[in-house]
Amino acid sequence: MVRATADNAARGRIGGYDPPSVGLAVIRIGPVLMLVVVVTVISFLSPVFLTTRNVGNVLGQTAAIAVLALAQLMVILTRGIDLSVGSTLALSAVVGAMVFESVQSGPIVILAMLATGTAVGAVNGALYVYGRLPHPFIVTLATLSAARGLALWLSGGQPHRGMPDIVQALGGGLLGWLPYSTFLVAGLALLTLLLTTRLVWGRWIYAVGGNPEGARRAAIPVKGVLISVYVLSGLAAGVAGVITAGRLNAGSPTFGELAELDAIAAVVIGGASFLGGRGNVANALVGALMIGVIRNGMNLLNVDAFLQPIVIGVVILIAVELDVIRGRLEERFRVIQAVRS
Amino acid sequence: MTAAADVRMTQAHMNAPPALTVRGATKRFGAVVALDGVDLTVRRGEVLALLGDNGAGKSTLIKCVSGVHRFDSGSVEMNGVPVEVTSPAVARTLGIETVYQDLALFDNLDPAANFYAGRETAGPRWLPRGLRVLRRGPMVETTADVLKRLQVGVADARTTVGLMSGGQRQAIAVARAAAFATNVVILDEPTAALGVRESRRVLDLILRLRDEGHAIVVISHAMDHVMEIADKAVVMRRGRMVGEEIPRPENRQKIVSLIVGGDD
Ligand SMILES: Nc1ncnc2c1ncn2[C@@H]1O[C@H](COP(=O)(O)OP(=O)(O)O)[C@@H](O)[C@H]1O
Ligand SMILES: [Mg+2]
Repeated sequence: MVRATADNAARGRIGGYDPPSVGLAVIRIGPVLMLVVVVTVISFLSPVFLTTRNVGNVLGQTAAIAVLALAQLMVILTRGIDLSVGSTLALSAVVGAMVFESVQSGPIVILAMLATGTAVGAVNGALYVYGRLPHPFIVTLATLSAARGLALWLSGGQPHRGMPDIVQALGGGLLGWLPYSTFLVAGLALLTLLLTTRLVWGRWIYAVGGNPEGARRAAIPVKGVLISVYVLSGLAAGVAGVITAGRLNAGSPTFGELAELDAIAAVVIGGASFLGGRGNVANALVGALMIGVIRNGMNLLNVDAFLQPIVIGVVILIAVELDVIRGRLEERFRVIQAVRS
Repeated sequence: MTAAADVRMTQAHMNAPPALTVRGATKRFGAVVALDGVDLTVRRGEVLALLGDNGAGKSTLIKCVSGVHRFDSGSVEMNGVPVEVTSPAVARTLGIETVYQDLALFDNLDPAANFYAGRETAGPRWLPRGLRVLRRGPMVETTADVLKRLQVGVADARTTVGLMSGGQRQAIAVARAAAFATNVVILDEPTAALGVRESRRVLDLILRLRDEGHAIVVISHAMDHVMEIADKAVVMRRGRMVGEEIPRPENRQKIVSLIVGGDD
């Protein structure tokens, strides 16, 4: 045991027992720890919290954020941001509802919704890359506005009621006490995990985020990678549109307001770096759950609704501060490495 | 390798066409003439030091050779064959590997991922490249082999490069170039950010690459390093070649005055 420790330390492994290594390990599991603490505290304060019914409720409410967060993760990994996903969600829900009014086919409605999201994503990606804009913030801010406006215009500003059965099932159906949407999220999380960790494309996403100019010099198709993450983010907004529209059995131009901020917050709270290049699927899921659990817990505890955004804001600050501390610890770690070598 | 084989190899290098020849290279950035008719020749088993004050055009020259920029005019030959280095990808396939001044490492990836960035080992082959499944095992093994061969000590091959010291990072960058270069290794100020001990390692690494038969171009401001490792020193000023010397102690002052342009 002692030997193993000394060996690890000598090899400078994270997981050796020098203070920066321990600190880095703690920070890495920090978000999960935070989630466990929050869940534990709320479950002590509210007997209802851990009932199957409420857990299903939390999962159902979190599904759309989780889907958006999975895609936002990939965008943020490339040092980007997609502000348009909330509006895109609404647009795809409105399009879905209106298609359903003329075509009574579940698959066609779903296809229309996914295509709508993907189209907005493609516009984002193409404008960002071929418009040679310095940062996707402005492009996606523009589509945030335009997609919402389009949703309002198409719908006449009114919610359109009615969604196909399959959409309703995906958004609100239960298998036992687990929402179908939970399985959808799990499946998409698995796909995202495979893409980011097993495929060459995923490796390129990390490379582009780690060093865009280096990626170009390494002959990685940087433009294609960038466009792809915005297309996937748009597609995810379409899926989130299906979930939301199904849950509420309607398509409304007011859906998904500020959902983009939830998605971004989830990624950051979960422990991915806002500066790009670092983060994984677990980060996105843990962050989305954290937001869902805090909202649900505060409702159960009858905390003033106005306090919720403040608490979430504090959690975001904690997460960002952890990222800063991580940077400092890594600096110390490098010094230790240099001294040892 | 025996001494005799060593000599034979060197002779073969002398007789063969140079690994890299650049002729009449020009490059402008707007009104700035970064390269103004530059010639350059490097042979296998030779270390060429590219010297010159800041802004002389050294980085521009090597960036053109490695496909980051393109020459406005001029020609490039590799092993006597005319080539057009139109992109970094082309440079790679031509066997030119570059260690850039600004490193171009991926701090968020481990050494193996850095080595293979943009040329990942993956399959199956019938899929488009991006959709192939990474074969991590072979990449990690090869990386470990190369690092061992070049005696680059890395604490843990799974640590991201960003957690390594400056010297280790530079060594990784040089080893990456060494692993894939079949013709020319270019290094832009490889010891600039390093301490004495770390510089020593990188210099030894460069000499090992030379002994393996690579043609090496190294940009450096450290005259001691140039004197020690270079077989030939060429000096640039304002986008032109202004002199070529054999780096010997008695030439040192001459080289320095060529760099600073004292004879203007
Ligand atoms: N990408 C670029 N855009 C505009 N000017 C550049 C660029 N790269 C280099 N230059 C200019 O070209 C000249 C040569 O620069 P460089 O090759 O970096 O010199 P060195 O590496 O010898 O210090 C300088 O005047 C520099 O300002
Ligand atoms: Mg330079």
